[in-house]
Amino acid sequence: MGKLYTADEVDICVIGAGHAGCETALAAARMGLSTILFAINLDSIAMMPCNPNVGGSSKGHLVKEIDALGGEMGRNIDKTYIQTRMLNTGKGPAVYSLRAQADKAKYHTQMKKTLENTENLLVRQGEITDIVIEDGKVTGVISESNALYKCRAAVICTGTYLKARCLYGNTIIESGPNGLRRANGLSDCLKRLGIRLFRYKTGTPARVDKRTIDFSKMKEQRGDENIVPFSFENRAEDIEREQISCYLTYTNERTHDIIRANLDRSPLYSGVIEGTGPRYCPSIEDKVVRFADKTQHQIFIEPEGEDTNEMYVQGMSSSLPEDVQIAMYRTLPGLENVRFTRTAYAIEYDCIDANQLKLTLEFKDIKGLFSAGQFNGTSGYEEAAAQGIIAGINAAAYCKGIEPLVLDRSQGYIGVLIDDIVTKESREPYRMMTSRAEYRLLLRQDNADLRLTEIGYRYGLISQERYDRFLAKKKAIEEEIERIGKINLGPSEDVNSILTDCGTTPISTGINMTDLIKRPEMDYDKLAPLDPDRPALDRDVREQVNIQIKYEGYISRQMKQVEQFKRLEGRRIPEDIDYDKVKGLRIEATQKLKAVRPVNIGQAGRISGVSPADVNMLLVYLNM
Amino acid sequence: MLKVNLSDTIAAISTATGSGGIGIVRISGDEAIEIADSLFVSAKGKRLAEQKSHTIHYGNIVYDGRAIDEVLVSVMKAPNTYTREDIVEINTHGGYRAVTAVLNAVIKRGARVAEPGEFTKRAFLNGRIDLTQAEAVIDIINAKTDKSRETAVARLEGRLSAEIKQIRESILTMLAHIEAAVAYPEHDDETMTYAAVEKGTREAMANVNKLIATADTGKIYRDGIKTVILGKPNVGKSSLLNAFLEEDRAIVTDIPGTTRDIVSELINVGGIPLNIIDTAGIRETDNIIEKIGVEKSRSLAEEADLILLMFDGSREMSAEDRELIELTRDKKTIVLVNKLDLEQKLDLRGMGIEPINISVRNTMGINEIYDKIKEMFAVGDIETDDSVLISRERNKASLYKALQSLENVIETIENTMPEDFISMDLTAAYEALGEITGETLEEDIIDKIFSEFCLGK
Repeated sequence: MGKLYTADEVDICVIGAGHAGCETALAAARMGLSTILFAINLDSIAMMPCNPNVGGSSKGHLVKEIDALGGEMGRNIDKTYIQTRMLNTGKGPAVYSLRAQADKAKYHTQMKKTLENTENLLVRQGEITDIVIEDGKVTGVISESNALYKCRAAVICTGTYLKARCLYGNTIIESGPNGLRRANGLSDCLKRLGIRLFRYKTGTPARVDKRTIDFSKMKEQRGDENIVPFSFENRAEDIEREQISCYLTYTNERTHDIIRANLDRSPLYSGVIEGTGPRYCPSIEDKVVRFADKTQHQIFIEPEGEDTNEMYVQGMSSSLPEDVQIAMYRTLPGLENVRFTRTAYAIEYDCIDANQLKLTLEFKDIKGLFSAGQFNGTSGYEEAAAQGIIAGINAAAYCKGIEPLVLDRSQGYIGVLIDDIVTKESREPYRMMTSRAEYRLLLRQDNADLRLTEIGYRYGLISQERYDRFLAKKKAIEEEIERIGKINLGPSEDVNSILTDCGTTPISTGINMTDLIKRPEMDYDKLAPLDPDRPALDRDVREQVNIQIKYEGYISRQMKQVEQFKRLEGRRIPEDIDYDKVKGLRIEATQKLKAVRPVNIGQAGRISGVSPADVNMLLVYLNM
Repeated sequence: MLKVNLSDTIAAISTATGSGGIGIVRISGDEAIEIADSLFVSAKGKRLAEQKSHTIHYGNIVYDGRAIDEVLVSVMKAPNTYTREDIVEINTHGGYRAVTAVLNAVIKRGARVAEPGEFTKRAFLNGRIDLTQAEAVIDIINAKTDKSRETAVARLEGRLSAEIKQIRESILTMLAHIEAAVAYPEHDDETMTYAAVEKGTREAMANVNKLIATADTGKIYRDGIKTVILGKPNVGKSSLLNAFLEEDRAIVTDIPGTTRDIVSELINVGGIPLNIIDTAGIRETDNIIEKIGVEKSRSLAEEADLILLMFDGSREMSAEDRELIELTRDKKTIVLVNKLDLEQKLDLRGMGIEPINISVRNTMGINEIYDKIKEMFAVGDIETDDSVLISRERNKASLYKALQSLENVIETIENTMPEDFISMDLTAAYEALGEITGETLEEDIIDKIFSEFCLGK
């Protein structure tokens, strides 16, 4: 190592400028802290090295929550989407899934522009190789050029770059995603700091030249006509634009035969790949092996952007040799003559066991050191960004000496995500799923603003103007629900003819409008003709009124569950508890509790390896 | 919350009183061995404190210079014991009196009488067993009859768990289909039709109902059938009670007002546990010739699960008899006409009563009573097959909760609400059942989704 020089002195250094790092840096800077955001290459800021979309099932919820807290992802995708769809609309309001195809290049450019124009924030190219800790506290970071950046807090957002290698067939490239330089130094520094590392693996499919695809053999998938923005700041009409289609095709037995014949050439099956891969993101060879009886698999062809001919082949992630990849891609209808622009590959990287973190995303044993994103063992842009904004807020809160932000499982998917990775055992890269959110009927994507705007405002990430608009919306919803509750309808001819038109049974006695909205065939808007005094309300207000009335019974059932949950969460465990003194805990439970250091009984109960009996022991101990 | 003192030494008679000649006094705690040593005189002059763990020693219990009984003493040292504390068990041979005397001696040497279930509580608090096991063991301790003991043992062996697991598995499969379709909106082959979910839900409901149906029987095996013997003085109530007691081979002393002077007695007749209430009253009214108290009979009848209404066949029906018939009309009642061996004068014709004619003195017709009770409480079947019995209120409550959630699923389907609402109540049902077996949902569902369906980008 050469001679260090002090390059700068700031409040917060963010290491890595992917989706986590961008949100972290923006939140910190917007909260008034001087911040530097480091990236190995500034042209890879907010890069999407895998799928070209944002949102989808449960991930759409995360984006909406990030936006409600004052984050950037929702605004950025609203500016750069090329197709948008609301999925799952038939399955209930809690699982509506907003998903947009992104123009990858524009997504990057737009985010970089926002970062560059944010006060208190500097983006800086360079690899951070060391973190300086003094007296258990972060005091600076050091770059590969021997520059010391003094700081009070650092946030690690290194994604898949740490000691990364990309593989297909027997080709092994020591690089980060997309051929970018990997980060070599930091892993060793982390080990020196006593941080436990995992090795995880994921993969991406090939990109292909649009001009070599026969789309006539595929099924076109168009965007929605009535679009819904991700950001609560935007109205649909303000962001409407021409949309670009995706296409659906299928694999077949010929594809599968090629894969089976060449399995021995896959590094996954020959044992070259050491990392643990996610079950929800299997390679095509994995699918063919594990689900041998399936004769076809869905494959989606998605544009990477407006200004490129590159297309992403969703569902065909692989680490087979390049020649095998090309042969198997060419068995798909429409891809008979396809030409690759980029080869599919698997990527392995270092990440941490997130049990080492507090719920604030600060390391338990190092003050001022935070981490977010794929580095924490998750996968997905949205999961990364969600942690990013929390880490940013909490790094800033740490510097300011104010209360950190911890969302619980009843407040948002972000709360579920962080509680899961910090508390539970990690076996594979973590993906958000609606089934992980036990109170999902309350955590809808449509009400993310109602749940979280207040919090974003409190931390200074929501402007006064936006907050005032939010309060007005909230008031309008409450007033309208109250007004509807006072409307009673009699069985007049007018009323019954409208009800019959809507396909619902006519009434024979008086009925409250609330009860009519609850009927499966009915909703708030359909009853407008029977409601002459109805005020003119925005679409999102009407949507809230409808959902809150229509599903009131289910919602209140879930609220009761939340009450029970809150009781256990309210039973704090003192930070200095000595688990060796708790009589009757099993050894495994003692070890787990010592490692995770849960803050309350509820969290203790969620630790894998801690049984209800152990929780009872703990309760007995705390009550003695 | 639980307030526990884990340091003192406790002792209790650990066999149910009155069942057979051997009684065991169990001592657990730091001073268990010391206390036992102060009372035990080994045939070979051994000191218990110097013996290896899990060994048995022969000798006498001597207190105040007097040998109380000839005993076998087991020494078990912590932590490999039931309570994870030092345990001494003294096996006595001299029946009820000897075992009580040994316990008294142990108490006088510094142990304290254990509360009901306290050994198990310690086993639980010391991490020896989990909550479900603890409950099953508490059932064993409280087991009043052999059948009850079997029920509890079956629970320990996980038979209930197995049944619950099967129901949960079927719910999980439905959930996985719905959740997979939600998580992967564009995958078109994971959806399950509402009809299929409805069918599966109804099957699960039927299975939960089957378990709930065993709950009453389970409770009967644990607590006994609350039974009252009603009838005028001198119809033979007391003799019938004695006949039952003999059947149970209980210790019956000949001195009235000693062991019999209790409010109720739990006996096991023909495999059926009867909890006979007001046994003291039975004796009283039979000893002293007096008018029956109608009000008292009424309140007893109200309290009881089963009424054995006795008449004297050798006497004609009286106004009092008619009154008794009236007040037991709406209850589960077996009418017994006693004294079959004498000339019959009682006429029950036209009253809609099918009596069992018995002669307690000649033990005639007693078996018919057992058969009738088995029939009325459907307990006979249980005896022959090995099905699961729900015997704890907590488990019953969980089953009812699961059933309610499954009913909600059906309602949601009938109202054609979106499938997410089905998922919500299926999840609730799955978790309610999990409360019985102590399992959670989240990883189950995710494992299921990815093992069953081929999903992912």
